[in-house]
Amino acid sequence: MSNPLTRADVEHVARLARLALSEAEIEQFTVQLGAILEHAARVAALDTHDVPPTSHPIPLANVLRTDSPLPCLDRDVVLSMAPAAEDGRFRVPRILGEEA
Amino acid sequence: MSLGEELTGRTAADLAELVRAGDVSAVSPSVAGGLVGRTAAELAGLVRAGDVSAREVTDAHLERTLALDGEVRSFLCVAPEVAWAAAAEIDAARARGDVLGPLAGVPVAVKDMFCTRDLPTTCGSRILEGWRPPYDATAVARLRAAGAVVIGKTNLDEFAMGSSTENSGFFTTANPWDTTRVPGGSSGGSAAAVAARFAPLALGTDTGGSIRQPAALCGVVGLRPTYGRVSRYGIVAYASSLDQAGPFATTVADTALLLEAMWGHDPCDSTSIPSEPEPVLARLEEGVAGLRVGVVEELTDVEGIQPAVRAAVDSARNLFEKAGAEVDTVSVPSVEYGLSAYYIIAPAEASSNLARYDGVRYGLRAPAPEVAAMNALTREAGFGAEVKRRIMLGTYALSAGYYDAYYGQAQRVRTLIIRDFARAYERFDVLLAPTSPTTAFELGAKTSDPLAMYLSDVCTIPTNLTGACAISVPAGLDAAGLPIGVQVLAPALGEAVLLRAARSLEAGFAFTARPTLGEAA
Repeated sequence: MSNPLTRADVEHVARLARLALSEAEIEQFTVQLGAILEHAARVAALDTHDVPPTSHPIPLANVLRTDSPLPCLDRDVVLSMAPAAEDGRFRVPRILGEEA
Repeated sequence: MSLGEELTGRTAADLAELVRAGDVSAVSPSVAGGLVGRTAAELAGLVRAGDVSAREVTDAHLERTLALDGEVRSFLCVAPEVAWAAAAEIDAARARGDVLGPLAGVPVAVKDMFCTRDLPTTCGSRILEGWRPPYDATAVARLRAAGAVVIGKTNLDEFAMGSSTENSGFFTTANPWDTTRVPGGSSGGSAAAVAARFAPLALGTDTGGSIRQPAALCGVVGLRPTYGRVSRYGIVAYASSLDQAGPFATTVADTALLLEAMWGHDPCDSTSIPSEPEPVLARLEEGVAGLRVGVVEELTDVEGIQPAVRAAVDSARNLFEKAGAEVDTVSVPSVEYGLSAYYIIAPAEASSNLARYDGVRYGLRAPAPEVAAMNALTREAGFGAEVKRRIMLGTYALSAGYYDAYYGQAQRVRTLIIRDFARAYERFDVLLAPTSPTTAFELGAKTSDPLAMYLSDVCTIPTNLTGACAISVPAGLDAAGLPIGVQVLAPALGEAVLLRAARSLEAGFAFTARPTLGEAA
């Protein structure tokens, strides 16, 4: 069978997934993901037009709790684990600008 | 306590090196013998009676871990000070005359997928290296409240994605029965630690078989409870509709003991089942007379099954019959599609869950002048190959134009499998199957072929897709001396009948072999 995936597909999906894949990884994934998708395509052949999808094995609806305030995580403790923090907030590099 | 900064967070091999060099006296060498290799129930009994202290039990297990884990590498980090502090609390409580919990002084090894406020939590990933969660997972908090002593965090496939523990971002774990072979995965470190008697109990997570398959390959008992029975709060998410935590132990009774200490409703997990679970430990010995057992044809005759594993299922069938159960075969045709459905659904959910590792709030951050590049470079540097593969697969399956053909279809196949099992449970109380088609394979044997690796989950995945419960019980050794596991399956919320059936098999198989690990046999 022919590979259902092209190199361009893999590059597109990597952009969606925010993964800066290397050249070698793009080539490897094109082959490996193609083989896995071929195996997965076995399910595509089944007739399921009258079968509802299952998103959750044990359905629970409207899980509610009382709206009472509880202490939340300590801000300083949380920020101490961040790669960069400033003035009680997470610090990140420039957000606006041209796409890399 | 000031030693805490120095010792905790290291591997057992590093700690053992410090002890050898005389830099620290990590554990007291004069521990009364005979404390390792006992069950959790025995140890808790001894501690409650005051025959031994929690500290002595802890030291005996730490000492064994330091001596032998260099060979197995089951722990990502060993935690002497954290364990000593917990043991000291138990011993002080006993001295005050307090009532002690069901796991008083029992050492527990915790898969590094559970958040622990006093220990690093890495999920086996470089992207979380050095992260220390601000809270305990509910399961860990409940074990600690029951008196358990956490002695360390165990190795795993990165973010629980794998079947051999070779996908850990740090190092591979060996099977204690043969250190050239894998322990299974993803909870391979926990299974190996219990098999090696570093701890009588361990915690794992099971998304596609990650408790049962390593339990089978390491010759211990491993239970995947019903979805929602054990809180997922504080367990790092992989595939949220499939993830469930559960126990490892050397006996079915210890498995039940650990389960009862951690299960039940948790308001912090909205998928937690609200009803109170029925006690299981008290009903373990009720036997299987009249119980209807169905042997699942499609899983027992699965492609690539090792003859010794097939023979073990036949032995289990005979043992059930001898114990008074009514055994017959049953067909569950749609399980044939389980693997394909799983390897769409699990990566799809993973691709969404792992979006949170973006270099902003915790873990690794790669330097970059702007944020989108920082995200992509951080994820490229921090994730290993299997995690990237599943993120890619899941992102593809959820992307425009493919969603219905892959993800939607897999969800409908999931319904078909649930219906097939419901039909089987009209005629049977529990089902019987192999846990893994083969015994432990050699390190490196499947690392270059992801699809071959996925096939080792074929017998365990149906339980995750249906949200039900299942257990692996040791059934003997193959000709190479490697453990074989057989699996008992029950419907959702069927833990009581499941464990009763497993206890009957355990008594029948009378599996007493242990790995030798450099000791005199």
